[in-house]
Amino acid sequence: MGMTIAEKIIARAAGVDNVKPGDIHTVEVDRLMSNDGTTHLTIDMYQKLKNPHIADVNKLVWIVDHNVPCDSPKTAASHKKMRDFAKANNITFYEGKGVCHQIMMENHVCPGELIFGADSHTCAYGALGAFGTGVGCTDYLYAMVTGQSWLLVPETLRFNLTGKLNEGVYARDLILTIIGRIGANGANYKAMEFVGEGMKTLTMSDRISICNLCVEAGAKTALMEVDDIAMDYLKKQGREPKACFKSDEDAVFAQTYDIDLSSIEPIVAKPHFVDNVVPAKECAGVKIDEAFLGSCNNGRLEDLRVGAAIIKGRKVAPHVRFLVVPASNTIYQQAMEEGLIDIFMEAGAIVMNANCSVCWGSCQGVIGEGETLISTGTRNFKGRAGHKDSFVYLGSAATVTASAIKGEIATADML
Amino acid sequence: MEQFSGKVWLLGDDIDTDIIIPTEYLALKTVEDMKPFAFSPLRPELAGQIKEGDIIVAGKNFGCGSSREQAPEVIKALGVKCVIAKSYARIFFRNSINNGLLLIENPDLYDVAAEGETIDVTVGRSITCQGKEYPISSLPENLLDILNAGGLVKAMRKLNGLD
Amino acid sequence: MGATIIEKIVRRNTGMEAAKAGDIVTVNVDRVMIHDIFIPFVADKFEEMGFKKLWDADKVVLIYDHLVPASQVDDTRHFRKGDEFAARYGMKNVHRSDGICHQLMTEAGYVKPGNIVFGTDSHTTTYGCVGAFSSGIGYTEMASILGTGKLWIKVPETIKVNINGKLPSNVTSKDIILRLIGDLGADGATYKALEFAGDTIENMSVASRMTMSNMAIEAGAKCALFTPDEKTAEYCEIELTDAQRSLVGDEDAVYCRTISYQAEDFVPVMACPSQVDNIKPTTVLEGTEIDQVFIGSCTNGRLEDLEAAASVLKGKKVAPFVKLIVTPASRKIYRQALANGTLKILSEAGAMITHPGCGLCCGRAGGILTDGERVVATNNRNFLGRMGTSKVEIFLASPVTAAACAAAGKIVTPEL
Repeated sequence: MGMTIAEKIIARAAGVDNVKPGDIHTVEVDRLMSNDGTTHLTIDMYQKLKNPHIADVNKLVWIVDHNVPCDSPKTAASHKKMRDFAKANNITFYEGKGVCHQIMMENHVCPGELIFGADSHTCAYGALGAFGTGVGCTDYLYAMVTGQSWLLVPETLRFNLTGKLNEGVYARDLILTIIGRIGANGANYKAMEFVGEGMKTLTMSDRISICNLCVEAGAKTALMEVDDIAMDYLKKQGREPKACFKSDEDAVFAQTYDIDLSSIEPIVAKPHFVDNVVPAKECAGVKIDEAFLGSCNNGRLEDLRVGAAIIKGRKVAPHVRFLVVPASNTIYQQAMEEGLIDIFMEAGAIVMNANCSVCWGSCQGVIGEGETLISTGTRNFKGRAGHKDSFVYLGSAATVTASAIKGEIATADML
Repeated sequence: MEQFSGKVWLLGDDIDTDIIIPTEYLALKTVEDMKPFAFSPLRPELAGQIKEGDIIVAGKNFGCGSSREQAPEVIKALGVKCVIAKSYARIFFRNSINNGLLLIENPDLYDVAAEGETIDVTVGRSITCQGKEYPISSLPENLLDILNAGGLVKAMRKLNGLD
Repeated sequence: MGATIIEKIVRRNTGMEAAKAGDIVTVNVDRVMIHDIFIPFVADKFEEMGFKKLWDADKVVLIYDHLVPASQVDDTRHFRKGDEFAARYGMKNVHRSDGICHQLMTEAGYVKPGNIVFGTDSHTTTYGCVGAFSSGIGYTEMASILGTGKLWIKVPETIKVNINGKLPSNVTSKDIILRLIGDLGADGATYKALEFAGDTIENMSVASRMTMSNMAIEAGAKCALFTPDEKTAEYCEIELTDAQRSLVGDEDAVYCRTISYQAEDFVPVMACPSQVDNIKPTTVLEGTEIDQVFIGSCTNGRLEDLEAAASVLKGKKVAPFVKLIVTPASRKIYRQALANGTLKILSEAGAMITHPGCGLCCGRAGGILTDGERVVATNNRNFLGRMGTSKVEIFLASPVTAAACAAAGKIVTPEL
C-alpha cells in the first residue's frame, strides 16, 4: 500500500520500509530546535540526569527569540543559562537574530528531515517538505540525549488546492479559512498535506505561513511537496535536500478537501479562538488600540511589502500603536534595502528588532486591560497578548495594516 | 517647636532614586503598591522592617538620580518621620518638600549614629544622639510656607480657593 | 558687574535686572515636558489642585518614551491617561512613539536658546546644549506649573568649565563629561549650574554638547549651559537674536569655581559600577569580559553616535555570545541612520536595532540583565539595579568605546 509524505518521512527516520497510521515507531530525529520559551527547563532536567550527555550536538539548534531584548531579570537568567550551556557544549546558538522558525527555514531545515522543535509552530518546516513537530521539553530532552524518540504515525488530511488567490487575498486568509472550516481540533494528531495545481501560485513565504498555522487546527505536522519553488529557496541558501517525498497515488488519506483558492476572501479570526473566523468585513469598524505585523507567521519580506504598499503615503491612526517586527535580521536588512522600513517609520509605525514580540505577548508591545489588538501573529487566545481582559483579532498583513491606518478593523480596499 | 524620637536606619552615601524605588515598579498604580519594593536593590528586606516614626540617616547626596517623586513619596508612605543626611540631591529635595517629607541636613550625624538606636529631633533646632546635641538649621521661608500648607498640592488648592 | 549665562537668562525672563546667584525668584516657564511614566501622576495632581485649565496648552509637550513598546500589561494605561489628559485640556503636542523626550524637545523645535524649560525627568538638563535653562522637577511641581505657568527657583551659582585644544581621535564628549563628573563627584555640582566654554566646546557639534548637558545632573547640577552659536542656530533652524547671542558668561561674572582642561589630556574612560563618578581610564579595565553592549539613550543615541559605532564595527562582527543592542534616540535619527547606511552596517555586524525610546537605559525592558552579567552602555546611569538585578555590573562609555568592546567581547580601548 502507498504512503503519504508524513508516512514516508517517518519510515525513513525509523529505518523501515513501510509504516501506517496508528503504528508507533522509534525514530532517529534529524534536528532539534529549542528556544528561550523552555530551554532553561530542559537544561534543569538535563543536569539532573545520572549520565548527562548529548547524542549528537550537530543536531541541536538553540535560538533566543521570545524575549529579545530581555525584559526582566527572570528571562535574563533563563537566557544566561541557555547561553552558558550552548557555549560550554558547542551548540549552534542564535540570539536576537530572529524568530526561531524563520531562522530554521533560512539556515537549517532540509526536505525529508524529521525535526523536533520545543515550540508548537515547528510544523512550519513542512513548507520545505520536512516533518516538523512541536514537542515538550521532556520529549526534547530524551531526543537530545539519545538522538531518538518514538512517534505515532499520524493519519493525513489532504488539501487539494486549485486556482489562484484573488488580489488582496493572502495565504494567511486561506489557512484561517481552513482552520475555521475543520475547527481548532479538526486535525488533532493528524498531518495536513497541501498539494495541487494551486500550490504553484504560492510563494515560499505563503507556504511557511500556511504550514506554520496548522497546529492551530491541532495538526501534528504539515507537509508540502518539494517542487521547483522549494528547491530554488533551498539552493539560494546553499542547502541540499535529504529526500524529496510525494504521497503515493494509492496512499490513504483520512480525508481529502478540495479548495478553490479563488473562493477565499479576507478573513479575520475573532477573540478568543483561531477557528472563530468570519469574513474580515464583518469585523469592520471594531476599534483597535494596537496592530501587529510580524511573527513566524507573517513577518517575512513579502508580508512587509504588502504592508508597506498599503501604508506608503499614509499615516498610522494617532491612537494606534502599529508594531512592525521583521521575522529575522536577514529580512530586516532586505526590507531596509527595499525602503520598506523607512516607509513604516515615516508612517509612524514602531519598528522593532526581529523577535516574537507581541505574538508571544509576554514582553514587547503587550496590550492592557480592555484593549484590542489586530495581529498577524499565530494565536488570539484570551490574554495571549497581554492583559487577561483584552481582545486579539487575527488577520492578514494587508488587513492589519489597513486597520492600523483606519484605527479600526478594515480591509485594504476600504481605505 | 515640633519634637520627636525615632529609631535609626543607617544608609550610605549617594543613595540614588533607583535604589529608593527601581524603575521597574514606577508604573504600579499607587505608592502603596510600590512600598514593598523600596530600597530593594540595596536592602530588599528594609521596606518590611521600617516602622512608623523611624528615621533614615544617610551620607552625602541622598536621593541623587532621577526626578521620580515616588522616591520621597514611598519613603513617606513607609512611615519614615524624617531623613537626616549630610546632603541631598536637588530634585529629591524639592520633591520632598512638596510632599511634606521632612529632610534635615547635618554633616556629622551619619558618622556617629548607629543603626537601631533612638535619636531625638527638635525641628529647626537640634538632634540629640548618644547624649550629644547636633545643631540643625531651619528651612528658608518660601519652603516653610509649602511645608506649613501641607505640601504643594494643598498650597495650590488654597490658591484655587478650594480649601 | 558681569553675569553668568544663567543669571542672564533669569534676568531676561523675570525682568529683574539685578537677579544674581542665590536669589530666590519666580520664573515664567517657556515650555514643559512630561513623559509617559509620570503623566498619570501629573494629571491627578493637577486636578487635585483644583485647576480647571492649563496656563497654556501649546507650551506643554507630552512624550511617550519610557514605556514604548509596552512591556507590562499596565503600561498602556499611561498612554490612555495621556491621551485623555491631552484631549480634555486641548494639548496638541503629543508624541506617542517618536523617540526619547530629551531628544525630541530640541529636535522638534520645542526649546530655543534662552528659554526656561522644566521636565518631569532629571535629564531635562539636556536642553542647556542650545543655551536654555532646563531642569528636572517632580510631578507635583509640574502640576502647579501647568496651572500657573510659574515656578520658584533659587538662581544657582555657576561652575565654569573651560576646555581648549583638540581631542584625541578616540575621545568623544562622553569621555569629557564622565571625567568631569569623576573630578567633581556625584554631588560636586549640586544646586549649581555648569557653564562650558573654550575652543574645544566651540568646535563641538550640538549633538556632542547634548551628551554633556544631559549628564550634568550626574554631578548634581541644576543645569548645564552652552553659549548659542551658529551651530545652535542651524540645529534649531532659527536666526539667533541679539539676546540669544549675548548668552555668554561675562569675563567679570562671579563663578564659584573655574576648572580648565586641555583637550589633548582626555582619554577614553568608563564609569565603573555602581556610581557615575567612579571613573577609570579604559586602559586599566582592558580584558574585562562583557555580556552585552547598549548603544542608545538621550545621552548617546544620536546620529553621530550611531555613525561612530558603525565606523568601528564596519566589516566586523559582534563577538560570539555577546549582544549588541542599538536604540536610536528618535524616529528622525533612525530614519537618517537608515538612509545613510549606518543601521545596515550595525545590523550586519549583528546588532539588534530597536525602536527609538528609552529602552534599556530606564531599566524596564530593552535588554535587562541578570546576576553576574556585565554590560557596557552609552547611557547616563550605572546605579545598582538600574538594568536588572543588583549583581549586574554596568560600565558607562562613549559609543566609540562601546562599539569596540562589542567587537572584542571585552573591555578594550578604542583605536581610531
